[in-house]
Amino acid sequence: MLGLGEAEWGAVALSLKVSFWATVLSLPLALITAQALARGRFWGKSALNLAVHLPLLMPPVVTGYLLLVLFGTQGPLGRFFALFGVEFAFRWTGAALAGAIMGFPLMVRAVRLALEAVDGRLEDAAGTLGASRARVYLTITLPLMAPGIAAGAILGFAKAMGEFGATITFVSNIPGQTQTVPTAIYTFLQVPGQEGAALRLIVVSILLSAGALIASELLAARMRRRLGR
Amino acid sequence: MNVEIDITHGFDGLTLRVEAEVKGGLTAVFGPSGAGKTTVLNIVAGLIRPDAGRVCVNGRVLVDTGAGVFLPPAKRRVAVVFQEARLFPHLSVERNLLYGAKSRDGLADMVDLLGLGALMTRAPGTLSGGEAQRVALGRALLSDPELLLMDEPLSALDRARKQELMPYFERLRDEARLPILYVSHDVEEVAQLADQVMLLRGGQMQALGPVAQVFAGEGMAPEISRDMAAAVLEVSIAGYDARDGLTELRLGGTPLWLPGQAGELGHRLRLRIDARDVMLSETEPQGISALNILPVTVREVRAGPGSGALVALDHDGHRLMARITKRSVRRLGLEPGKRLFAVLKTMAVAARG
Repeated sequence: MLGLGEAEWGAVALSLKVSFWATVLSLPLALITAQALARGRFWGKSALNLAVHLPLLMPPVVTGYLLLVLFGTQGPLGRFFALFGVEFAFRWTGAALAGAIMGFPLMVRAVRLALEAVDGRLEDAAGTLGASRARVYLTITLPLMAPGIAAGAILGFAKAMGEFGATITFVSNIPGQTQTVPTAIYTFLQVPGQEGAALRLIVVSILLSAGALIASELLAARMRRRLGR
Repeated sequence: MNVEIDITHGFDGLTLRVEAEVKGGLTAVFGPSGAGKTTVLNIVAGLIRPDAGRVCVNGRVLVDTGAGVFLPPAKRRVAVVFQEARLFPHLSVERNLLYGAKSRDGLADMVDLLGLGALMTRAPGTLSGGEAQRVALGRALLSDPELLLMDEPLSALDRARKQELMPYFERLRDEARLPILYVSHDVEEVAQLADQVMLLRGGQMQALGPVAQVFAGEGMAPEISRDMAAAVLEVSIAGYDARDGLTELRLGGTPLWLPGQAGELGHRLRLRIDARDVMLSETEPQGISALNILPVTVREVRAGPGSGALVALDHDGHRLMARITKRSVRRLGLEPGKRLFAVLKTMAVAARG
């Protein structure tokens, strides 16, 4: 299909794997962070807000460098995770981490907006009906946020799919190991005679992005119908 | 069944001060907007923490600031029907009803009682205001509360929907054997539904007692917007004139006539007499179509902001109110102690065995 070669398929498969894990693992954290930012009252809230949004504003190469310093084999967090057998630098796991961090601010923003749109009076009503706070969250807050959570997840996934700067800085561009679709396109464009491969991957990128957008629109429409809006 | 409320709470620059003990039945928390009615309800429900005081239901302490007790809403067994229904939009009517229920046991009866059978699979967004409020009431009752709070549950509805819901509320009051606190600023609702009234003004509890008694009290008039001013009287049924189809009532020593057969001989009946339906005359009117003419004494004249004035009247110890123009006040020379005749239309609002 599409006449993709083995290296190109490898990049597509790796990108999907990296983006999937980046999304799945950062989503719960995004829910907690959004909850804290939207409703929490604690010291250091603005600092947290800044830290979450920093990757959106910094040059990605800086984020990649900081990841290398912190999560590299000699970095403090890198050594910590090595105790559990998890390594990041120059591994696909590192690409997932880079994608997760770059997509995180987008995800938190979408989830936070959804949370702020939830009518607190419905949560109060659930409380007066005897529901514990955990039950209120699971049965009222979360379902009412669902369209925003889905939007945030798709945004995060798309961001991870497209991540370039931080990824190439942190995990380099090793074919079959850390070469994602964007870094593969970059490589193919550097080599004379590889424009065909680059073009095929560009088409795949466009199809995946459009697919994600259409999926998110359909999902949001279905959820809105279910919420009777 | 009893509810003890003794709270002090600052809100909107006012101090709310309520000290009351309420037995079973429906107690209307009545007063103008901004009087603190909803704040009282929210404190009892646990949605607001009072500055000081305690609330007990059937001896169970819900909040006691002195003892550092504050039960969260979920542990209070106090259900609330809010002004805006607050149905969960992502759940069907049936799942809304069962949200606070421990089992499906009471569901069938509740569906019958509230006429919800045809709505069960519907989404809340597709319900009319009256239907949504019925579902909200069923949902509250199915959570098996010890106390039911209702916060102006009819005020978002039009007149026809109100009339449609009132009978359900009456049945609930009579059958549920559950104390109800019912916030309202509507005399019509209070007169029809309430067993007793807690009168609030500017955060202060002004009176607590049976409806007719509180409505007869001094200082009642300003609580009520001019169009809503009314007297609520308890009368007994003295007879029925089959030829004309009129029920004879006794108010003090004077007969009053009410169209239709209002109930059994000797039964008590509650009347609402709107102030705008009372005319005043210096001499006893002769040759007039009105059947109900009472001799009254002026107790108080209160000028309104516009052209109108509210006159408090006394008939044999019963308090009536008339809304007339300031010009008529001047022409009739109305002042406390003046004797007059009141010509009135009456409306029976609730039969009480």
